[in-house]
Amino acid sequence: MVSVNADGNSKALIQVRGLNKTYRRGGEPIQVLQGLNLDVDKGDFVAFMGPSGSGKTTLLNLLGGLDVPTAGAISVAGDEITHMSSGRLTEWRARHVGFVFQMYNLVPVLTASQNVELPLLLTRLSRSERKAHVEAALAIVGLQGRADHFPRQLSGGQEQRVAIARAVVSDPTFLLCDEPTGDLDRKSADEIMALIEELVRQHKKTVLMVTHDPVVAARAHTVLHLEKGVLVEAAKSSPGAAAGGAA
Amino acid sequence: MKFSRLIWANLTRKKVRLLLTLGSFAVALFLFAFLAVVRDAFSRGGGIASANRLVTINRVSIIQSLPLSYRDKIQNIPGVQSVTHDNWFGAVYQDEKNFFPQFVIDPENQRKVYSELVVPDDQWGNFLKDRQGAIAGDSTAKRFGWKIGDRIPLKATAYGGGAWEFNLDGIYHGTRPGDDETQFWFQWDYFEERVPQSFKGQAGWYTVRLNSPDDALRVAKTIDADFANSPYETKTDTESAFAENWVKQFGNIELLILSIGSVVFFTLLLVTGNTMAISVRERTGELAILKAIGFRDGSVLFFVLAEALAIALVGGFVGLGLALLAIPILGQSMSGMLPPLVISKTMLATALGFALLVGMCSGLLPGIGAMRLRVVDALRRI
Repeated sequence: MVSVNADGNSKALIQVRGLNKTYRRGGEPIQVLQGLNLDVDKGDFVAFMGPSGSGKTTLLNLLGGLDVPTAGAISVAGDEITHMSSGRLTEWRARHVGFVFQMYNLVPVLTASQNVELPLLLTRLSRSERKAHVEAALAIVGLQGRADHFPRQLSGGQEQRVAIARAVVSDPTFLLCDEPTGDLDRKSADEIMALIEELVRQHKKTVLMVTHDPVVAARAHTVLHLEKGVLVEAAKSSPGAAAGGAA
Repeated sequence: MKFSRLIWANLTRKKVRLLLTLGSFAVALFLFAFLAVVRDAFSRGGGIASANRLVTINRVSIIQSLPLSYRDKIQNIPGVQSVTHDNWFGAVYQDEKNFFPQFVIDPENQRKVYSELVVPDDQWGNFLKDRQGAIAGDSTAKRFGWKIGDRIPLKATAYGGGAWEFNLDGIYHGTRPGDDETQFWFQWDYFEERVPQSFKGQAGWYTVRLNSPDDALRVAKTIDADFANSPYETKTDTESAFAENWVKQFGNIELLILSIGSVVFFTLLLVTGNTMAISVRERTGELAILKAIGFRDGSVLFFVLAEALAIALVGGFVGLGLALLAIPILGQSMSGMLPPLVISKTMLATALGFALLVGMCSGLLPGIGAMRLRVVDALRRI
């Protein structure tokens, strides 16, 4: 269930309370997020929409522990991340967050399997265990046969699949997808969205996604609109999403 | 190490740049090794000089001679074990460029004073019996392809000039690394027989072997005091001080070589530092992703430093390998013009240490920059 009220589900996987983010540009404060509240349960698939500059990516960065809020609190699976040190936050990200970016951001000098293996290098898994995990992740995204291909030898859609495999290989608590189809044609975008839906449906992943594309957003359980730093609207688009999630 | 594949992949992503950077290190290390062995060659006299030897020369200059009669007086000073005397003989073998040092020696005492320069007893015996006999250092013998029994003609440029002929009776070897094996020795009696009257009974310098290095200062003072206010006043120094003064005649070689070496390494630092900075800047997005997925700041710094150190290490090995191959050849071609060029393990270790230091410094600033990179800012720039 997704809620944008301060009195939302206290047992939600992700709880955001009174989130503020202010940037300074040329000495002038620019408030991007203003007292934002959000609850997301395990297995939810949430899409954030909004015009450019509305704070979608800022919200995603805050939820992923890549940035720190000016005020407010974010709690994930009981871990309050807003007061974590930089080092602890890095460790937390490695355990809990899988990132998927618009431009895929694969390391061009590593093969698909080596790219997918990167998060596992931070674990205590043996080489053979890492190999097994990588093969499983590539199987999920349907790229078993491309394990030894370099990113330049893959299409955009395939690169994004590798990025998704990299995001899920360490079995994170939730996935953050920033415009995952933004650089793809419609057919590839559909394939990627089908894959993300499958991750939610079959693998019980929690996914938070930023997109400009209403067609893509419509495939999420819940669509939240960010305008002027506030979640002003939420639309339930799928029967799978719990009722009463939108404010 | 599980990160080695990532480091290797990053190292080899721009192969031409990698080769050029390795080449910079290799050339710098080769140059460093060459300068270091030249410096060592010039300063070795002081370094390997025996602690229990003194050298006595004419107080005016080494060009001025000393009477042979001084030998017995020096020998009788308490603490003196043995004394030998020598003369410089500046002759030419076939061509002026074939330079090598030739000394007229005192056969009776030569081996007592210079015990580290070894001649087999049978060859020394033949030398003693042969008035025109000569002993050559192994390096010089090899340089000219001389064998025992060869007739060696030299053209004297002093002592009345003329052609002098010698029989090569023996070849000496040094027992320590860096011992000079370029000298050519011949009999004092043959020299006395051939030179004009004005040179007879004169020695270029005396070398004194002491019972103990502790006697050095006292014996040196005694020698100089004994001959003070005579027509041939003396100046006695330890062998190392004598060698250092000799090198100083050529100018401040140490400063010159240190200056060139410093410039080489500073330039190398700028080149590799710039290369590493460009390499890191090109990968800002990738580094940001690594940090986003959980790589710590220290890991990112480690990757950059590991790359810089790997380049320094491989480039250093290549440069020093080239030096090991080329310096003996260069040394052979410059034999006579320079003292023997010896590559020591200490020098190799120092050179590699410098290479690693430059590698570390060149990677440090870009590495710290990568470490401090804010993921959010870097992702915004992609």
